[in-house]
Amino acid sequence: MSGDQQNETDDKNKVVIDTGESEQPQTRMVTVVIMGKPALVPDDATIMRAIEYSGQQIIRGAGCREGFCGTIYRLPGDYRIHTGLACTTLVQEGMALSQIPSVPLEKAVYDLEKLTPDVDTIKALYPVTFRCVACGTCTKACPQGLQVMDYIQSAMRGDIAELMELSYECVGCGLCALRCPSEIIQHKVAILGKRLYGRYLRKESKELDIRIQQVKNHEYDGEYAELMSLGREALSERYYARDTE
Amino acid sequence: MYPDYLKDSLEKVDQTRSKRLELAKSDKPVYPPMNAEEREDVLSKFHPDSTSGARSHIRVGPNKGEQLTTEITDLLEAHSMVDPKRMDAGLANPDYETDMLIIGGGGAGCWAAITAIKNGIKPMIATKLRLGDANSMMSEGGMQAAVTPQDSPTRHYLDAIGGGHFDNKPELVRALTEDGPEVVRELENLGVMWDKMEDGSLQVLHGGGTSRKRMVSCRDYIGAIIMRTLMDEVENHPHEISVREFEPAIELLLDDKGQCAGAVLYNLDTEQFLVVRAKTTVITTGGFGRLHIRGFATTNHYGATGDGLVMAYRAGAYLKFMDSVQYHPTGAIYPEQIAGFLITEKIRGAGGQPVNKDGELFVFPREPRDVESAAIIRECSSERNMGVGTASGRSGVWLDSPLIDMINGEGYTRHQFPGMCRAFDNYGIDIVKQPMLIYPSLHYQNGGIEINERCETNIPGLFIAGEASGGVHGRNRLMGNSVLDYNVFGRRVGKQASEYAKSVKLGKLSLEHVTAYDGEMISQGIDSDLISPVILPSYTPEDVKLQQLARLGNIPARHSMLRSRIGCSCNKGKGDK
Ligand SMILES: Cc1cc2nc3c(=O)[nH]c(=O)nc-3n(C[C@H](O)[C@H](O)[C@H](O)COP(=O)(O)OP(=O)(O)OC[C@H]3O[C@@H](n4cnc5c(N)ncnc54)[C@H](O)[C@@H]3O)c2cc1C
Repeated sequence: MSGDQQNETDDKNKVVIDTGESEQPQTRMVTVVIMGKPALVPDDATIMRAIEYSGQQIIRGAGCREGFCGTIYRLPGDYRIHTGLACTTLVQEGMALSQIPSVPLEKAVYDLEKLTPDVDTIKALYPVTFRCVACGTCTKACPQGLQVMDYIQSAMRGDIAELMELSYECVGCGLCALRCPSEIIQHKVAILGKRLYGRYLRKESKELDIRIQQVKNHEYDGEYAELMSLGREALSERYYARDTE
Repeated sequence: MYPDYLKDSLEKVDQTRSKRLELAKSDKPVYPPMNAEEREDVLSKFHPDSTSGARSHIRVGPNKGEQLTTEITDLLEAHSMVDPKRMDAGLANPDYETDMLIIGGGGAGCWAAITAIKNGIKPMIATKLRLGDANSMMSEGGMQAAVTPQDSPTRHYLDAIGGGHFDNKPELVRALTEDGPEVVRELENLGVMWDKMEDGSLQVLHGGGTSRKRMVSCRDYIGAIIMRTLMDEVENHPHEISVREFEPAIELLLDDKGQCAGAVLYNLDTEQFLVVRAKTTVITTGGFGRLHIRGFATTNHYGATGDGLVMAYRAGAYLKFMDSVQYHPTGAIYPEQIAGFLITEKIRGAGGQPVNKDGELFVFPREPRDVESAAIIRECSSERNMGVGTASGRSGVWLDSPLIDMINGEGYTRHQFPGMCRAFDNYGIDIVKQPMLIYPSLHYQNGGIEINERCETNIPGLFIAGEASGGVHGRNRLMGNSVLDYNVFGRRVGKQASEYAKSVKLGKLSLEHVTAYDGEMISQGIDSDLISPVILPSYTPEDVKLQQLARLGNIPARHSMLRSRIGCSCNKGKGDK
């Protein structure tokens, strides 16, 4: 291997590696307006890919690249504001877009151990929730297609189980909170609801209690000691002979 | 919607399904699992780690003379972002002081902070992007823990060490498997909602290489559920845990006694280099998928560039098993926009089967990952030619998901795999009725910085947890063991490192190790223009990059991200998932 980085990379490209892909398909180009500036990008690009194609290094507004960062956009001849996730939404001709990398808000600070899973907690921590006018803008804004307004209504009724269920797939992009005319921070109410459910409303597992106790009582120490003393071959024999459920 | 050219093959999958369903309902394996020789054979011929050029000798540092994954050797035979001489003022007068610096705000990092404050220590988390922009957020399928009566922690031990080809460090596997049940309980006490049975016991499924059903889950959103819970908990302690976002660490600091004493952070917005003096330093920087090793698409988050390895290595830490890479057997290859997207292994745990273009099974669906991946690559290779091609030039096999509802009852797939369904619904593909097209995708850093069961390294004061560490999984990690890993060792490292912070006395801060490392490179005749850590991958088209690099004189802004990716096959616009 040579010490020259550039040559190395070139050499590597000559090695035929089966990465499951070969030549590029032909793509058409479209014009999109990225945060105020027009750029020509491939028509099969996601918003994120389009931004990068135009030469920008994304710093804010890219995390997993699989659906957690919000984007808003408008389309030609369409008065509406659309919302989407930058990494999963495809570009369209004439799309004018802005990424929303962060949502200014004040998260309630609390000690989960001191809460009760009911409406009092919602009132105490997120009183703004009760300003909901049931307009449904949050639901329209949700790029995950969740019934956001419905889960806010569940929160107002203190139905924590329903709040958890309806907000299960929330990715926390915060687009609902930005569009809400009542300035509710829906996605933070959602995480509170989930934590309350997990902590207080779950069904207990007796099997788990028993297992934790067994570990505490050192019931597996002997078996561990034995397994850890086995040589590679003996261990391998044991492994391949084990039965499967 | 699948295009017409795939219809023939799809019909064949439909035709063979009822026969395969019968097999799945019998209590025998649907396809004979491989024995040790068969595994060895397929791995040596078809696993990407075995291809020519996959490994190369490293000429500097603690692992000098060993073979590492070539891209890692490149990353380590590279220059620092800072000129140590210009850092003197900062070293004499640090920008931040803390008892405990946690580098990386993913799952392991958040746990470290949460357990540290319980031990009376106020930590600081410095992270590259936002808190929770991490592989931990993305995990889908589940976490292994021996929670059922028919299972035991020692059985879990045997499965994990066999899956790792018996290379794993035994004391680490014991810690992993023994802490599992306790971690399940602690997470639910923090508010994680596990999938449960009617009677409250945990719902468990198989994963690749498990001999008992032990995969606990939160539908297919385990990562988002756990990560958001841990972040929320971190944010519930604003006066005890300080969080610095968009400030990745780029170099560790040592003191004149050789103890780790903090790090240099790089502010991504202002491009300042900031000095943190810390009594103890914890690296929880996760994995390296965004290095696109061997040109593969990846499942990993945007900041997974192996930075922790680089920093620790320059400071003298020893790396373990950095010659092996995990390719997840089932990354999506159609539609093109989601190429690389992870199809959780839980799909196979629930009865999904990989089948070739004729709709025939060719491998047991739950082999360990490396074996399963190699078998899929073999099926698509010229040796067998049984892959399904796409118009974008990719080749893969079907993952037959409609079986899942047939086995588990109608509605099961939509309820248990909302994330998977959504990803494909977006493109008009209903995975309840139609299979998915898949090929292995770069997924996990099997090795890392060597630790012991207290998360210590060979450098005093430097602790590691999570995917950045090496030894837990040997050369092959099983599904569900890395979510368990970051929970178990994230908790442990918080305790261990905070204990250490209580007694250590720091000396004078220094970056001499960086100067010395550069000297070693020169004396080895290494002439590299690469700067590491990489921090972020660049998906800028090559011609645009060349225009950016025309700038003369001082180092151009964000130049390491830029330069490090030039000439890499992943820049052709495909690796961006
Ligand atoms: C799509 C996907 C699905 C998965 N599914 C499963 C599963 O079902 N089961 C399972 O067991 N495992 C799964 N895994 C693996 C598992 O999620 C990870 O191995 C695990 O979450 C790693 O946790 P971590 O805390 O070590 O690292 P991460 O969660 O990746 O956190 C690392 C953090 O460090 C930050 N960072 C990186 N470099 C720097 C730097 N220089 N300075 C400061 N901060 C830095 C990153 O931005 C990130 O926030 C999956 C992984 C992926 C990608």
